[in-house]
Amino acid sequence: METSVETPPRKVNVAEAPEGHTGEGFFATKLDKVIGLARKNSIWPLPFATSCCGIEFMATMASHYDFARFGSERVSFSPRQADLLMVMGTIAKKMGPILKQVYEQMAEPRWVVAVGACASSGGIFDTYSVLQGIDQIIPVDVYVPGCPPRPEQIIDGLMKIQDLVHNESLRRRNSPEYKALLESYGIKTMDN
Amino acid sequence: MTTNETILSKLKENFGEKITNPDLQYGILSVSTDHEHIIKVLQFLRDDQELQFGFLTDLCGLHYPHRDHKFEVVYHLHSFRNNIRLRVKLPLHGDAPHAPTATGLWSSANWMERETYDFFGIIFEGHPNLKRILNVDEMTIFPLRKEYPLEDNTRKDKNDELFGRDPKLIRADL
Ligand code: SF4
Repeated sequence: METSVETPPRKVNVAEAPEGHTGEGFFATKLDKVIGLARKNSIWPLPFATSCCGIEFMATMASHYDFARFGSERVSFSPRQADLLMVMGTIAKKMGPILKQVYEQMAEPRWVVAVGACASSGGIFDTYSVLQGIDQIIPVDVYVPGCPPRPEQIIDGLMKIQDLVHNESLRRRNSPEYKALLESYGIKTMDN
Repeated sequence: MTTNETILSKLKENFGEKITNPDLQYGILSVSTDHEHIIKVLQFLRDDQELQFGFLTDLCGLHYPHRDHKFEVVYHLHSFRNNIRLRVKLPLHGDAPHAPTATGLWSSANWMERETYDFFGIIFEGHPNLKRILNVDEMTIFPLRKEYPLEDNTRKDKNDELFGRDPKLIRADL
């Protein structure tokens, strides 16, 4: 006797199309919506892992939590090809200039997430040798609390970044506010 | 067999009064000597046919703000041949203490002395490259001296009471 096993229909997730006008053979929408959609689902992260939180990121990246689901399977160890700087771990003051240089080498548009208490605020290391939060030297978009944060929290942080990337205006990086922000960190903008 | 007693009597025999404060802690003998004799004592310990303290395990600094000799350099020696350890201490005067370098005896003293300079500001005379090794080069203080707070002083968002610290105690009062 034959037995048949029915496989349930596979659900494939695709990114939702932005709102726009459809007609026969065309679809019209705003450019920044399309760009936001494309960028949001292909963020290349640069993991700057210096300690324990970095181990948590390894779990996040591995098959169980599968960071790749968010279009981030391509971890970029060259800052020039990365969109998102993920700082995970204690940043000693001596590491500060190196982190800043990595940030400066990244091309615009670039985002930064501080993963864990150390990267966000120095964490338990309230001491003369540790930077009290990376936002003292580079601008940060999303902070993930925890010591260390669980992979779910890191993923939540990435999804917050995705929201920012999705909704960012194409002109933001040319705005005087953004330039003033970078200048307040002593980071050169493209114009000067 | 080489014991703490033989080490001490050999040292006394060769250096007499210059070997002070013999003390036994956790089964390890420690002795003190002065600036003038430290290198001779270390060299004797290293080169003596019987003792053979060939290995400098560690060299570090200490700060006793309330003592006459505020600073101290401690040499931890290990004789592999006799499987015995020894501490030699060198108490130092003043706020900019000087000690002779031990790099002539052990090359490994190079980085250890740089570390001791970095954290305590002890100046090792004759060191080939005495500059900071672990802290940022721009640092102006010697952070393990007790007059400097352990906490980072750039931080403004912390309420010391919530962290169980008495603000008055953060600067060790000297
Ligand atoms: S936040 Fe905690 S887990 Fe993360 S790097 Fe700092 S000490 Fe390690």
